[in-house]
Amino acid sequence: MSIKISEMAGWREIPVAGVAYRPSTESKTGDWRSFRPIVNEEKCTGCALCHFFCPDGAISLVNEKAKVDYDFCKGCGICAEECPVKAIEMVPER
Amino acid sequence: MELGVAKQEVMGLTGDEAVAYAVKQVDPDIVAAYPITPQTIIVERFSEYVADGLVNTEFVPVESEHSALSTCVGAAAAGARAFTATASQGLALMWEILYIAASMRLPIVMAVVNRALSAPINIHCDHSDTMGARDSGWIQLYCENSQEAYDTTIQAWRIAEHPDVQLPVMVTLDGFVLSHTLESVRVLPDDVVKRFVGQRRYIRVVGHEYKEVPLVLDPENPLTLGAFGMYTHYFEYKRQQAEAMEKAKRVIEEVGREYGGISGRTYGLIHPYRLEDAEVALIGLGSTMGTAKIVVDRLRQEGMKIGLIRIRSFRPFPREELLKSLSHVKAIGVLDRAMSFGAYGGPLFMEMRSLFYDEESRPLISDYIYGLGGRDMPIKLLEDVARDVKRNADRGRVAEPIRYVGLRE
Amino acid sequence: MGEEKLTLKDLAAKPDLLAPGHRMCAGCVSASVARMVMKATRGPTIVATATGCLEVATTILPYTAWRVPWIHNAFENVAATASGIESALKAMKRRGALKYEHVDIIAFGGDGGTYDIGFQALSGILERGHDLLYVLYDNEAYMNTGIQRSGGTPYCAWTTTSPAGKVIPGKPQWKKPIAHIVVEHRAAYVATASPAYPLDLIKKVRRGLEAEGPAFLHVIAPCTRGWRFPTNMGIKLARLAVQTCLFPLWEAWWEDGHPVYKLSGPSEAIARRPEMKKPVEEYLKPQGRFAHLFKPERKEELLRRIQEGIDREWSLLLKRAGFA
Repeated sequence: MSIKISEMAGWREIPVAGVAYRPSTESKTGDWRSFRPIVNEEKCTGCALCHFFCPDGAISLVNEKAKVDYDFCKGCGICAEECPVKAIEMVPER
Repeated sequence: MELGVAKQEVMGLTGDEAVAYAVKQVDPDIVAAYPITPQTIIVERFSEYVADGLVNTEFVPVESEHSALSTCVGAAAAGARAFTATASQGLALMWEILYIAASMRLPIVMAVVNRALSAPINIHCDHSDTMGARDSGWIQLYCENSQEAYDTTIQAWRIAEHPDVQLPVMVTLDGFVLSHTLESVRVLPDDVVKRFVGQRRYIRVVGHEYKEVPLVLDPENPLTLGAFGMYTHYFEYKRQQAEAMEKAKRVIEEVGREYGGISGRTYGLIHPYRLEDAEVALIGLGSTMGTAKIVVDRLRQEGMKIGLIRIRSFRPFPREELLKSLSHVKAIGVLDRAMSFGAYGGPLFMEMRSLFYDEESRPLISDYIYGLGGRDMPIKLLEDVARDVKRNADRGRVAEPIRYVGLRE
Repeated sequence: MGEEKLTLKDLAAKPDLLAPGHRMCAGCVSASVARMVMKATRGPTIVATATGCLEVATTILPYTAWRVPWIHNAFENVAATASGIESALKAMKRRGALKYEHVDIIAFGGDGGTYDIGFQALSGILERGHDLLYVLYDNEAYMNTGIQRSGGTPYCAWTTTSPAGKVIPGKPQWKKPIAHIVVEHRAAYVATASPAYPLDLIKKVRRGLEAEGPAFLHVIAPCTRGWRFPTNMGIKLARLAVQTCLFPLWEAWWEDGHPVYKLSGPSEAIARRPEMKKPVEEYLKPQGRFAHLFKPERKEELLRRIQEGIDREWSLLLKRAGFA
């Protein structure tokens, strides 16, 4: 059962006690980005370090290659800086 | 449930011991507390129950009152029944968490043994501590005697945990006057208390996975409690708290009536005494109102048409009940055992004056600030107060709205 | 401690319990730390968080980034709050009202909430011996309120309340040795960790959860805004902190009435090969909060003092860990 609560819900409708009622994944943070990480899959060894270092959980391993979720990547550049084989490059967002 | 009044044992207990005994019978999951005069006996007695294996409670002897209430918040959020007790400075140290416990809708029960606030440091009774906390979102039930402290400590869980309420409850008793004075207290059998309080129930809320889940920290149904609420949300939660307080009135009365069914002692929001035909009335909180009953009886013998109301529930404030009970009264004397510096009168006076503002016929209301720092309020002084209220009634106006009783000039 | 084999590859496949979409700053290493900590969980877990960046930015109503039961109470009381949860579960289990065999409890506190305002409550849970893991994510100042000095701010660091002025060059006091203070409480398990070494950090979280009694993990968490460095440099600085021995990695527990200190990977390597130890300047230079030590002219005396301070603490740790 899925119960959605509208954006403009009044005090009677909002769940009591100040509990959160939406997952943060509905709030995209990709638009914070001014630089975009591009993964070179040829170079990527799938070591997963970027996945752990990423503050935003925006990098996952798909088929042993780093894959960036641009919905959430804030463009900090830690992944590119830390990649041991320099497989990630930061390019300006247009 | 019980079909009639249970057989009860009479025990010689101080107010503190009566509270501790009630908590023992309720056997909550956790008690987190820190000692402070005159509450200490509650913690001591309860520690003995724990040491003797008479309760299943996890006793957490915390390093401060701040942590006492913080621990209760964590415990209650995790689904436990939580209890703490404090007084005066201890309550002041808890201040920050009082609001949090109430806003997070955690049904914690706390006994507060009323004591004056420093400075100068003082260990004796007045109501400054709990009166300062009157806007914190806690239900406040003021007890007249140790029997009531016992009875109310049991009822408090049912009120706090009621699905329409879900608010923490303060049970207050006057420092030393009640906390350290031996009284005959009629206690219910353990199993009757257990059945009366039952198991803690959880209300259900919509969580962030769009499912309805119990309001409790449960790994199977993750819930975020204590989140950051900006101007987009904060206000709505406050309105919800106001609504819960409003609904608590009915619940306090229902629980008080049901308790009467098993104990023979029924409780409500207010306890009027000889008020039916009264022209003048005294109104106040706590143990002083017991003495005031004697004063009413004496003055009645002299022919004065006097009665009184003891307010048991200060929060929620029993607006309708007071208006109904006092509609025929000409003059009211308010007994305030706390000050609100810079305000027009004590906390109860302000409530009473405001209460009648919209009424067509308004009684004359005067304030009598008394008993600060444990200053005695003997029968003689209460009689003086009553006669002053009567004089106001006779002359048709309040001569002096705010008076200090028992103060050296 | 019977140790499950933890590998980065396996852990990478484990879903995040701190979800994307949170509002921590771009390049916030505290967020990386929290994600790694949550990767190390082993079963039902409840998290409590002190007021601070991590708390505010992950739970802006109506949203939450937490996929575990999570509670925030106030600033100074996360330890007490967590101890309440632990005690509650113990009592509920005793009367058969808990549906889990065991629930792990993790408390997150920043440096302000741990060194300063939350210190008393922390000491309280250590003394009472609650079975939970306290994670200190140390970004070395009150970042949530805008970079004010704390007991965790290092010597000479600029903050908005320890400004680098004409007379006073940043914070005049040294950093409080918080983790050692915790060890002296006879905590069940204490460790330091750096997010530059994810597997080491995750293993320590796991050991902290497995330890019976209070466990404490002190994690260095560089802050792009407060330390004044580019958003991509946080992990690098977390590594330099270890390589310079300013923030050495170790674990400690008690055996037969004595504390046992054990250096971890990179710090143990430096202990064995002291020439690997990097000069502190390499760590200080990239950070704007130490810029006044280099500009307009080098403050040789202060730099010397900082290096000496690090050397002194490092040699003390070497002794504790049985080196030297």
